[in-house]
Amino acid sequence: MAKYNQHLLVCGGTGCRASHSDAIVESLNRALVERNLDGEVKVVMTGCFGFCEKGPIVKVLPDNTFYTQVTPADCDEIVAEHIYKGRKVNRLLYTNPENQEHVSDSKHMGFYRKQIRIALRNCGFIDPENIDEYIARDGYAALGKVLSSTPEQVISDLIKSGLRGRGGGGFPTGLKWQITSKVKADQKYVVCNADEGDPGAFMDRSILEGDPHSVIEAMAINGYCTSASKGLIYIRAEYPLAIARLKVALRQAREYGLLGENILGSDFSFDIEMRYGAGAFVCGEETALIHSMEGHRGEPTFKPPFPSESGYLGKPTNVNNVETYANIPVIILKGPEWFASIGSEKSKGTKVFALAGKINNVGLIEVPMGTTLREVIYEIGGGIKDGKQFKAVQTGGPSGGCLTMKHLDTPIDYDNLIAVGSMMGSGGMIVMDEDDCMVAIAKFYLEFTVEESCGKCSPCRIGNKRLHEILTKITKGEGTMEDLDNLRNLGQVIKDTALCGLGQTSPNPVLSTLDNFWDEYLEHVTEKKCRAGVCKSMLRYVIEPDACVGCTACARNCPVNAISGERKKAHEINQDICIKCGACVEKCKFNAIFVR
Amino acid sequence: MTKIKSLADLRKIKDDVQEKIRLRENADQPEKLVQIKVGMATSGIASGAKEVMNFLIEELEKRNVDAVVTQTGDMGYCFAEPTIEVILPGQEPVVFGNVNVKRADEIIEKYIKNGELVDGIIPRNYETIDNK
Ligand SMILES: Cc1cc2nc3c(=O)[nH]c(=O)nc-3n(C[C@H](O)[C@H](O)[C@H](O)COP(=O)(O)O)c2cc1C
Ligand code: SF4
Ligand code: SF4
Ligand code: SF4
Ligand code: FES
Repeated sequence: MAKYNQHLLVCGGTGCRASHSDAIVESLNRALVERNLDGEVKVVMTGCFGFCEKGPIVKVLPDNTFYTQVTPADCDEIVAEHIYKGRKVNRLLYTNPENQEHVSDSKHMGFYRKQIRIALRNCGFIDPENIDEYIARDGYAALGKVLSSTPEQVISDLIKSGLRGRGGGGFPTGLKWQITSKVKADQKYVVCNADEGDPGAFMDRSILEGDPHSVIEAMAINGYCTSASKGLIYIRAEYPLAIARLKVALRQAREYGLLGENILGSDFSFDIEMRYGAGAFVCGEETALIHSMEGHRGEPTFKPPFPSESGYLGKPTNVNNVETYANIPVIILKGPEWFASIGSEKSKGTKVFALAGKINNVGLIEVPMGTTLREVIYEIGGGIKDGKQFKAVQTGGPSGGCLTMKHLDTPIDYDNLIAVGSMMGSGGMIVMDEDDCMVAIAKFYLEFTVEESCGKCSPCRIGNKRLHEILTKITKGEGTMEDLDNLRNLGQVIKDTALCGLGQTSPNPVLSTLDNFWDEYLEHVTEKKCRAGVCKSMLRYVIEPDACVGCTACARNCPVNAISGERKKAHEINQDICIKCGACVEKCKFNAIFVR
Repeated sequence: MTKIKSLADLRKIKDDVQEKIRLRENADQPEKLVQIKVGMATSGIASGAKEVMNFLIEELEKRNVDAVVTQTGDMGYCFAEPTIEVILPGQEPVVFGNVNVKRADEIIEKYIKNGELVDGIIPRNYETIDNK
């Protein structure tokens, strides 16, 4: 067998595939064949490396060279220069935005330095469509270990590890398994929640695309521990690549007998089916998800009973999130003490976040619980784009809140985020700068909730609409002090009375911005001013008389004839007519028109 | 595909397939292993660096030394090509010049396995390559 001296890992995640990573694999292989290097260098398509914004990524091993934004046309040069002559292709290396230096070894990139990869351990490392590579990384060894132990022992270890649900709620995973395992029933189910409806989030998608077997293995372990013989993966149909990789993985696991009857010679049998969701946010809520799988409307129902007692088809059903599952095989192999040694006091292990917004390094990261927001934003995220000023960071998606400068040193974990009025959520993290208006941001999230509310209960259906109306009024410059009081009161009522988690958390973006950015709300209401210049109806276009030479250019170009004035004399804008299109500013060669 | 019927079967498969990803796992923690950089570029290749590199990779494996062998561009010692740089775990890099297969063999046996210095060491007047 030929021995490979080097591996070329090409990212095959959704982001990079959209920019032709398939063609990159082909071009690399072609270039290798041309130089007779195909026996020495192996090209592997992996899952996401996390640095999606600068994708497609090609990583050369063993020297860990990290090439960004590679195109098929670059492949020949990579092979001719780097592979053949050992000279790195500098123009494709990552450039440190601070000092403009090239960084070649991914281990030295600020983006990776503080990360610890547990859930993402195999993403960007193995070929997700090759079960052997997963097995080579100790895959299915945890299942083997569990099968020669008792469910009670495994559950007790899981409790000891301190693992909590990564789908948002943070419920202790071991405890949930214990509850499900104790309920007596002829049939039980194990469900993987891969709905991931949080806008901007793609943690679960990346895990399923990059390491599907880790989830399959953990579901089987879950089945053994709770005496369930059937697993269901509920995944949104908008994730075609994740679905395809899961299907390949399920087939391979069955072929090896790692799913099916009498797994690894034990008397445990287990198999998994896929179910597809249409992509409604509320269907990620576990009771709605179960109704949707049963073929009913995806509406939540009151808990209790919890799915662990009565779930799919009325049977005890253990629902866990994709990332929760991905952690489990490692915990079993390395032991609960190891896992519990990572993280903060009450939140153990790591969390995957999708970093987005006005930040230099947009992408997918995994950090130990207890890492501060500052470390994530400045060290891993590389700071704010274009040297602007940091203003806020939103965590927890539509259920979460906006945190500010004073929270930057908060260690991130479930309890700390709740204490400051936000949430861990599933792991979305959106960074905002001075150009973002916090009232408009709150309104954006409410728009999402109003759209996604299932309408079953009135606090959420009607209350959120009202909140949205009030916010719209404020952004138009028509808000009153009473409106601000109403926002707070109504928000609190919705929180206390809505039926499901969607409604119970939907006022968080409003309440947290009221708390943390009260000044900005006040300005909108009392001064009719939006400091970020986002709320268009509050902008005023004004001509500075001293600077205006009376050239008439603006008046001739105003589409609504809002500008008047005599030739060679200062002009003026009639605010009642002006539609704030900005055309005049562009036409004025004397910089006499200002936006205030 | 044959079924995996026991934990022992699984372990056997793991041993068989481990080879496929060993290079990747080693690259993940090079500082714990012997790291060797072979100067390639044009003068290196012309003087046989490629052959030396392949020899090193094969022999280190045969002799059970976990190592990460990478190539780099010119090291700036054209007079002594092929050159290789060896970093033993926790130690300073050492550069050897005029390395052919025979000398590579000696470097493995004496320096890498036993830490004995051999002839042909070039004083380092440069920062180690690719240290960014
Ligand atoms: C509105 C709403 C949306 C949710 N969306 C998701 C989701 O997309 N993925 C997920 O895993 N959990 C989601 N959850 C949480 C689930 O109800 C459930 O708690 C979780 O899947 C349990 O798994 P875990 O304990 O492993 O986190 C959502 C909850 C609510 C209220
Ligand atoms: S809170 Fe909203 S999403 Fe939840 S049940 Fe009520 S209306 Fe439906
Ligand atoms: S902003 Fe547009 S509408 Fe207003 S004065 Fe200028 S050109 Fe006219
Ligand atoms: S274009 Fe500028 S300088 Fe000319 S009239 Fe308008 S404001 Fe005055
Ligand atoms: S999809 Fe390629 S790095 Fe994320």
